[in-house]
Amino acid sequence: MKKMINLKINNIPVTVPEGTTVLQAAKAVNIEIPSLCYLKDINCIGACRVCVVEIKGRRGLTAACTYPVEEGLEVLTNTATVRASRKTTIELILSTHHKKCLSCVRGNHCELQKLAYDYGIDEDHFKDEEPQYEIDDSTPYVVRDNNKCIQCLRCVSTCNNVQGIGAIGQIRRGFDVRVGSPFDQGLDTTTCVGCGQCIVSCPVGALYEKSNIDEVWDAIADPKKHVVFFTAPSIAATLGECFDMPPGTHVEDKMVQAIRMLGDVKVFNMNVTADLTIMEEANELISRITSNKVDKPPLPMFTSCCPGWIKFVEHYYPEMIPNLSTCKSPQGMFGALLKSYYCQKNHIDPKDMYVVSVIPCTAKKFEVSRPELGNRGIPDVDVAITTRELSRMIKGAGISFKDLKGEEFDNPFAIASGAGKIFGATGGVMEAALRTAANILDGTNEKVDFMDVRGVPGIKEATYRIAGQEVDVCVASGLANARKVVEMVKSGEKNYLFIEIMACPGGCINGGGQPVQSDSVRNYVDLKSLRSAVLYNSDKDNDLRCSHESPVVQMLYDEFLEKPGKAKAHSLLHTTYTARGMM
Amino acid sequence: MANMAFRGTPKQERELRKFIRKHKDQPGAMMPVLQEAQGIYGYLPREVQEIIAEEMNVPLSQVFGVATFYSQFTLTPKGEHTVSVCLGTACYVKGADKILSAIEERLGIKAGECTPDGFFSIDSCRCLGACGLAPVMTVDGEVYGKCTPESAVKIIDSYYEEV
Repeated sequence: MKKMINLKINNIPVTVPEGTTVLQAAKAVNIEIPSLCYLKDINCIGACRVCVVEIKGRRGLTAACTYPVEEGLEVLTNTATVRASRKTTIELILSTHHKKCLSCVRGNHCELQKLAYDYGIDEDHFKDEEPQYEIDDSTPYVVRDNNKCIQCLRCVSTCNNVQGIGAIGQIRRGFDVRVGSPFDQGLDTTTCVGCGQCIVSCPVGALYEKSNIDEVWDAIADPKKHVVFFTAPSIAATLGECFDMPPGTHVEDKMVQAIRMLGDVKVFNMNVTADLTIMEEANELISRITSNKVDKPPLPMFTSCCPGWIKFVEHYYPEMIPNLSTCKSPQGMFGALLKSYYCQKNHIDPKDMYVVSVIPCTAKKFEVSRPELGNRGIPDVDVAITTRELSRMIKGAGISFKDLKGEEFDNPFAIASGAGKIFGATGGVMEAALRTAANILDGTNEKVDFMDVRGVPGIKEATYRIAGQEVDVCVASGLANARKVVEMVKSGEKNYLFIEIMACPGGCINGGGQPVQSDSVRNYVDLKSLRSAVLYNSDKDNDLRCSHESPVVQMLYDEFLEKPGKAKAHSLLHTTYTARGMM
Repeated sequence: MANMAFRGTPKQERELRKFIRKHKDQPGAMMPVLQEAQGIYGYLPREVQEIIAEEMNVPLSQVFGVATFYSQFTLTPKGEHTVSVCLGTACYVKGADKILSAIEERLGIKAGECTPDGFFSIDSCRCLGACGLAPVMTVDGEVYGKCTPESAVKIIDSYYEEV
């Protein structure tokens, strides 16, 4: 039990545990001290000076985000001095900020804009020469516009500390200082894996996904194109946030109806190919464990559904590529099925089929550009759009999202198991695979809840008894955690059989393509738990809990794929990887 | 930016790697490592920074961040000859900026850069303590006073004539 500290904030007494910062303590008395650079669990450097407060007995102003509470402290958060200082700071930040707010992706929910409004700022008070930086759109997934960057360094902290990559850093000095990649070369010359966590940590519009919205509208308007959407499991758990619904609202039915209202399109459920991934992956795992072949692929086996993780291995641990499951991601499998099975069945030329995947992820935009995920130059998935892009399309179409009654996915890719649904949270793929592996090996469906692998901790371990054998498994999310796990495996410290990795902390529900929640939410609310609860509740309420119970999966094998891991399924649903080196 | 091909030798690389392995575990090793690297190679090109990142097990962006923060580090090689134009107050009011421009135009490079043939590089400095001779420039440490744009260009040309 931590020691409790008593202090006063604006003369209101408050008691908080030792180690709490003044900024966090103020929330306990319903005061939100404004901040720009501070982001809970990510960045705490006291650099922006927006969160300054007066502390009795201390000279000058103090940054509330870094200052720990002390017994008897008297804090004033709203004096004339504090307000004047914050105002000047914000005006100075705005002096070099490219104020193209009307067309900015963060237009209505920019943290800087909110502060400017709250403090009655004159945006031209320190009117000066605005630096002109080239926009870095060298990758297919993220765009960096340094003209809008305010040097809060949240993205740098995310990339360096949370993900352990360091593709970007603060470079040069004085007026030339900026966030960028080494030698000012594009992000495509770095080991950036495209996770997009920098985007969701940015307070302004300096980082955003490379948008494919126009291409999708063009395809919808083209009478020759058969346009098909499919949505990843976590989209239904987060899309509502773009329409001012509280985090943790399940909007699957409204989402399906809204997409259908965009034009003459089919709307499919990607949980179906999450189920399919489990069928293939569980079989692959079992064959790796039971095979007696000399040249059998090695253990532990790592999951392969997260494209950020895959690119991470290709850059940093190419020697571990044989340990990656060869299964395509659910997105990859869906694309391959649509342009083969679905086209054949409906007599559509794959050239006329336009596949849009809606994903919580920017790395998936890179995945669709992989040449191995296509057939004779036709990509399996034409474009991948993020939750945010989908919300913009829905808004652009003038759809009253919140008022929709809701509809169901289109057949034949409508019904999926709860196991497919929980794919969107850390531990979900592991749990789904364990359910099916246990069934294949033991022939029972007794155990469906694997609680040890649930929850938001960055690294989780568990041991399960399957087919009379103890199986050690590990689940990690966030690439800095992934690196720890890989190092433990390489050194022989740990002997896991199966490891699930998701690049984004908490998994896809917290992906780089998800709605951007501002610091005033992220500093005080556990977004990851709220969003993942949607998936687990939906799983609990589903009559089908296991992937192998899904009638759609059974139909696909009966009609087309034959057997998991066998010739046809293998050629369509499995893939290869490329060692990329350190660039 | 004028770019010269990197011409590091295996001997230089061995020397740098040895230095880094000896010092990398001490706190704040990045500065002495960068200084040593610049001492060995004369400048800090990408290839050298990549060796440092690899040996110190840090992202390249971190090496580049430090190397571009301190003005003593240079990312471009020095030429066989270095001309440095004083931009201190006295020289500046006597038109040092015009001298720098004339030299930049003559050599086709900007201050901080090196000619593609590696012969000349341009620097600027702040006050050599020879304000009575303003405006002043130096070539390889030799001081030239009371320069004009025309005389400065002549001085540069004289180094080419020696070759």
